[in-house]
Amino acid sequence: MAEASYPEELLYHADHDWARVDGEVATFGITWFAQDALGEVVFFDPPEVGTSVTAGEFYAEVESVKAVSDVIAPLSGEIVEVNTGLADTPEAINEAPYDGGWMIKVKLSDPGEADGLLDRDTYVGGLQ
Amino acid sequence: MTSRTLKRTSLFGCHRDAGARLVAFAGWEMPVQYADGVGAEHLAVRGAAGIFDVSHMGEVEVSGPGAEAFLQRLHSNDVTRMSIGSAQYSLLCDEHGGVLDDLFTYRLAPDRYLTVTNASNHDADVAWLRAHADGFDVEITDAIDSYAMLAVQGPIARELVQAIADGPLPARMTAAKGIVVGREALICGTGYTGEDGVELLVDPDDAPALWEEIVRRGAVPAGLAARDTLRLEACFHLYGNDLSTERGPIEAGLGWACKEDTDFIGSAAVRAMREAGPAEKLVPFKLTGPGIARAGNLVAGGGEVTSGTHSPSLGIGIGLAYLPAARATEGERFEIDVRGKAREGVVVRKPIYTKETDG
Repeated sequence: MAEASYPEELLYHADHDWARVDGEVATFGITWFAQDALGEVVFFDPPEVGTSVTAGEFYAEVESVKAVSDVIAPLSGEIVEVNTGLADTPEAINEAPYDGGWMIKVKLSDPGEADGLLDRDTYVGGLQ
Repeated sequence: MTSRTLKRTSLFGCHRDAGARLVAFAGWEMPVQYADGVGAEHLAVRGAAGIFDVSHMGEVEVSGPGAEAFLQRLHSNDVTRMSIGSAQYSLLCDEHGGVLDDLFTYRLAPDRYLTVTNASNHDADVAWLRAHADGFDVEITDAIDSYAMLAVQGPIARELVQAIADGPLPARMTAAKGIVVGREALICGTGYTGEDGVELLVDPDDAPALWEEIVRRGAVPAGLAARDTLRLEACFHLYGNDLSTERGPIEAGLGWACKEDTDFIGSAAVRAMREAGPAEKLVPFKLTGPGIARAGNLVAGGGEVTSGTHSPSLGIGIGLAYLPAARATEGERFEIDVRGKAREGVVVRKPIYTKETDG
């Protein structure tokens, strides 16, 4: 998407990742800023369902034409689903970073960790 | 990145107006891509025409009665084979046969040659030439500030430039002076994309008007990222990745550009390597599965990737790798350590992509 956007209802990690928390499951992805900095994403290497992710540590790699980048987990837990559609259409990460470009769903091990994430305005303020 | 320390080409304003993303490259602030992105730019060059600002590349003029003998001593190729108006690819080697730079040289007049250098090597190249000029009746002029360089590349690039030129364009691997949009230009039938096209060497002050007219006529501005994916599909070497002083021309598959009988600096080492056979050879490869290998990734059993990217034309990972000579044969499969994951590469014929072979 050409225009920067940062949905109000998401929580943000300063490394340009977002989490959509729904009860004890959260969906993760990268922000508009992150996909814009990467340029055209051409490959997403998903982790395996059932593996654990730790807040602040990387769980996947995303590749643009020019570079590879780590994707950081904003919260800890066990992966319950990965976006397999990204194998065929990694460009969804650019085109719809908060919708079709989601990366994994995680069953949270410590939902209280969400208190440490940033709200939209704080995250966007940090981009200036 | 402090842009004040970076040099800007005369086309900087054009890039900014076109929505370029600018990056530091070899001391220059250059467009890596424009608003539509590297994929669209790459495909525009393959399908129609793109225009690149390559003014960061250096130029050196060598002139005088000793120019031919001097370049014959410095360049790996046979300079005496150059007719007036011809272009020649050559290497600049050190005494050990290591590659200092790879060069395109144009013979402008009987005693006058213009050589295009890589931006990152330009100052060292000029110093190297000057340090080896004793005994030759030549004048060596660092001409980097005298020229802007535009590359117009793609199947309709010639047609597009022909429409704004005052005479027939020079054939491939030749160069001629001409007038383009009312400005003097050295028009060269060369490029770095695997497509037909021309490169225009012009006064930096004239470059923006040429750029704007060529873009207005349909060439898509293309940045360094597309230049890299295009050259890699075509299997052209990139100095600093595929070429260095650590490896020689024979390993790099550039023996064709070395004529050891001319006694160029480094020729003894190159001859010895050619006769003995190199331990490693540079080969083009494709990945057989998902992923992208990058420069620096190691090959299981020996060797390394020196260039790697995602091919916008093929939609897969491609690259150039040095492999042990015994494995450097078409069809050979090998394992690359891509950040801890094993990815399989297969040696392919070069170029990795052409419209003729891949539709």
